[in-house]
Amino acid sequence: MIEEIAAIADAAPARIAAATTIDELRSVEADVIGRKGSLTLLKRGLGALDAESRRTAGAALNAAVEAVEVALAGRRAAIEGAALADLVAGERLDLTETGTGASRGSAHLVTQTWDRLVDVFVGMGFVVAEGPEVETDWYNFEALNIPSGHPARGMWDTLYVDLGEPETVLLRTHTSPVQIRVMTDQPPPIYAVMPGRVYRRDTADASHMPVFHQIEGLVVDRGISFADLAGTLEAFTSAYFGGSIHSRLRPSYFPFTEPSAEYDINCVFCEGRGCRTCQQTGWLELGGCGMVHPTVLRNVGLDPEDWSGFAFGFGLDRLALMRHGVDDIREMYTGDVRFLEQFPS
Amino acid sequence: MKVTLGWLREFAPFPTDDPVALGDVMSDLGMAVESIEHIGAGLDGIVVARVLDLRPHPDADRIQLVDVDRGDGEALQICCGAFNMAVGDLVPLATLGTVMPDGMEIARRKMRGEWSNGMLCSGRELGLGNDHAGIFVLDASATIGASIAETLGIVSDVVFDLDITPNRPDAMSVAGVARDLAARLGLPFAITEAVVDEIDGDIVSAASVEIVAPDLCGRFHVRMLTDVVVGPSPRWLADRLTAVGMRPINNVVDASNYVMLELGHPNHTYDLATVADGVLRIRWARDGETITTLDGIERRLTAGRDGVIADRSDVAIGIAGVMGGATTEISDSTTSVLLECAWWQPMAVARSSKFLGLRSEASARFERGVDPDGLDRAARRLAELLAPSGARLVRGSITVDGELPVTPPVRVRTSRANALLGTDLTTDRIAALLGPIGFACAPDGADAWLVTVPGFRPDTTTETDVIEEIARHHGYSAIPGRLPRSVQTGSLTPLQRDRRIIRSVLVGLGVHEAMPLPFLAPGDLARCGLPAAAVTIANPLAAEESVLRTSLRPGLLRAIAYNESHRVDAAALFEIGRVFAPPTEGVLPDEREQLAVALADRDVGAVVEVWRVLAHTLALPDPVIDQSVVPAGLHPGRSGVLRVDGAVVGEIGEIDPTVQQALGLRERVAWMQLELAAALAPVHGGHRYRRISRFPSSDLDLAFEVDDAVTAATVDATVRAAAGELLVDLALFDVFRGPPVAAGRRSLAFRLRLQALDRTLAETDLVGVRTAVVRAVTALGGVLRG
Repeated sequence: MIEEIAAIADAAPARIAAATTIDELRSVEADVIGRKGSLTLLKRGLGALDAESRRTAGAALNAAVEAVEVALAGRRAAIEGAALADLVAGERLDLTETGTGASRGSAHLVTQTWDRLVDVFVGMGFVVAEGPEVETDWYNFEALNIPSGHPARGMWDTLYVDLGEPETVLLRTHTSPVQIRVMTDQPPPIYAVMPGRVYRRDTADASHMPVFHQIEGLVVDRGISFADLAGTLEAFTSAYFGGSIHSRLRPSYFPFTEPSAEYDINCVFCEGRGCRTCQQTGWLELGGCGMVHPTVLRNVGLDPEDWSGFAFGFGLDRLALMRHGVDDIREMYTGDVRFLEQFPS
Repeated sequence: MKVTLGWLREFAPFPTDDPVALGDVMSDLGMAVESIEHIGAGLDGIVVARVLDLRPHPDADRIQLVDVDRGDGEALQICCGAFNMAVGDLVPLATLGTVMPDGMEIARRKMRGEWSNGMLCSGRELGLGNDHAGIFVLDASATIGASIAETLGIVSDVVFDLDITPNRPDAMSVAGVARDLAARLGLPFAITEAVVDEIDGDIVSAASVEIVAPDLCGRFHVRMLTDVVVGPSPRWLADRLTAVGMRPINNVVDASNYVMLELGHPNHTYDLATVADGVLRIRWARDGETITTLDGIERRLTAGRDGVIADRSDVAIGIAGVMGGATTEISDSTTSVLLECAWWQPMAVARSSKFLGLRSEASARFERGVDPDGLDRAARRLAELLAPSGARLVRGSITVDGELPVTPPVRVRTSRANALLGTDLTTDRIAALLGPIGFACAPDGADAWLVTVPGFRPDTTTETDVIEEIARHHGYSAIPGRLPRSVQTGSLTPLQRDRRIIRSVLVGLGVHEAMPLPFLAPGDLARCGLPAAAVTIANPLAAEESVLRTSLRPGLLRAIAYNESHRVDAAALFEIGRVFAPPTEGVLPDEREQLAVALADRDVGAVVEVWRVLAHTLALPDPVIDQSVVPAGLHPGRSGVLRVDGAVVGEIGEIDPTVQQALGLRERVAWMQLELAAALAPVHGGHRYRRISRFPSSDLDLAFEVDDAVTAATVDATVRAAAGELLVDLALFDVFRGPPVAAGRRSLAFRLRLQALDRTLAETDLVGVRTAVVRAVTALGGVLRG
């Protein structure tokens, strides 16, 4: 029997190694250690042997079975590994030919700029106020110290609507009427910015639209001075445009502020060295500002001896165009997806 | 307004070495320099040369070869693109090394193989007007080799173009600009009184003035000039007018303009012979009254708006402060001139010039307000300018006053100035800043001045006005910035936060935000299937932009059409914007903010998904699509209204195919519009945590045959209610129409995922849910399918 066991045990490794599939391996397993396998059948013959021979043959048999099992397991792992490797190899993909379908939409450039500006001011402790786009003459002009017939009305080409008496209801020409609404609606202290859409009777061209956007700022508190205005705009300038860009104020005129100023920043393209965009001046005009005019304060029931404030405002569209190098404002308003999709964020 | 450095220097000794720095000071004073132009500069290397020979360039048609003599007798070859000169002509030659006014340096260079040793100049290249058609051929009397500047008598100067704000009437004159600038630079400033010999005469019998309308004319000052000879102005005067952009006409008109520009006093000259008896009456115009103005145009006037100067027979011969009349115009035969210097009511001139469409240099100054005390100085200056031509000023004048504004002194507190400016100026410093610009300060207590405002600053009437002047001359840039401390926390409102959420959802879903203009053409609303009632614009730029939108639909559909016409298919657009319905109360329109989504080439399912994601993200309470109502202009079978918490807040569906056709849209468009305020009015947001069970879940698939009239949403809600709290998820995973399902019905297959928080479900749990759900759906008329 020992010889028979040895013969089977010797032959088994070659048979196992020859198996190339799990099925072939199973058939080898069945032939050797299965229910009717050659070693299994020998095991049944052990009972016929004497005790000494049975012990010897039994031990040999167990060792043979164990060796076969180890060999089978090793071969199985190899075959399965190879199969998985084949499967993986067959699944190879050119990643650049896939994933072309998904797309993200985009917030409008004006919205993106709006949010960026608002975020800076919120960080500086401002709330964000809004008002109607169709306004009365009172909010847009009168309350802002621009009475009817005032020459300064010529500064704005106004679109009027057919409501009320002629030329009393209009599309707001600036976001400044929101100042009046904020001051009317809440007592000081006021720290608010007012972004919004404004209208002018302007023919559209590369740098003008009859509809565009502004952001207005208003602070009313005790002891607010021109120095606070200068400091606030300087802080905003560096926060929004970067630390190397600074602001300056130049005397100007607006009926609703006094003293009034133009708000300039270092040219963001040449950082003040002088270039085509800034016409070699090193400065870009951004908007207007000033101390809230005493008449405006009185118009909303505030005593100018008690309260003071400053206001500023500038165009938002131009900032959007500047940031992305767009040279025609009209592009922003056609709704052309080929334009919009260029600015996913 | 343009001023030249040379002209400014007649009032104060401004440095000439750095015009740019001088311009910066002007800008810093609020007289913004828009451009600086050098005239007569860069002419140093340009000399008079004689043309010796002209011959064709062997290798070019557009340039010829010119030999010139620059005074050394040698022939110098120049390549020249102009052909207007002849042999013997004297021409300007820019010699090698000359830097032209535009910065170009003249160098020896080869042009198509031929040497050019300089450049012959056109008028424009010399800075003399705009003539660039040919070479500037000089008078034959010029000396060869002489400098061109000397030959032409060109005085180099610097022209500043200034943007003057409406609150600076003083800066509408050369003298005023000089005063401001000298004050800042600490230079002495003076307006020299005109030196003019006056002759005896009787102005009182030659002319008379009556102010019928004192509310129109505050002061009317008249002088008389005799022996006037109309002819060209002297060269220096004509050049100066040209430099600041005014065309010389004749000595009288030019002198009048010169005085206006120099002193800021517009004035008017009448040919005395054409003014009957020299009678001038100042009154308001009558309705329909006409006058032919100097420009030859007949103007129709309006009572209460326009003022006139009328003659003896009450016929208008000039429009007050705006423009003179043609009948009394200075002509070549004029010998005696009546000179008017007046102070007109600024608002009257503003109104009149605006409605007549006649904005002139004069009206611009009267609108801002001229100095009523400087009228005779202006008249005398004009006489001084005309004296060399022989004109004589008659001694005496007529001055009649109407109503002049009274400007009491202004009390200016140092403490107030410092509080408003954030400065630390002393009381003395304030007087030192104000004095040089003509504001006289008299003490009024320790901390204040009583400031007398000069007549040339009628804009300045209040303490704050004066404080602005203090700030201007102290220098805005000298005021150090500081940051006010906001006493509140910066924040967005809930609506502003929700807008950002909405945008991020839509952007994530691949939709682009568009901003069409809110203006519509008449008929746009109707074409979109919407009611036509809308607010209209009284003065639109074009009829196509005369209606305010009541819906975002026309604008977004136009944007879709724009994309289609540019071969951009399947555009996915949204907009958040205001719409304007006619007022429901008060005078302002019913202005509301809407959100709209337009998905081209998509069916309604796509936009329903958008709505579901939005409603879920914002956690809107009870969001419902209600198809029992068909919104105007939407597909009758594929649309409905949107409800939140029971209230209608919007519309959803596909654009009605008839609307789509009317708009010429190729693609179908899925559409959704939301009233933002209404949709976001109910308490929403605040997603509450729902505990996730650790026990196994079981799925239950149930298909029901249900009548088409019963919405899937109804069945969904019924299933949810019946399944009770074991239901953790419900999905409609299949909809089937057709045999064996009866016509008018369809099969709706739901998968219920059931799970308990505290145990593994038993078979009895599943049976219980199943029984309850089947019973409830059966009550709706549903039939459980095998």
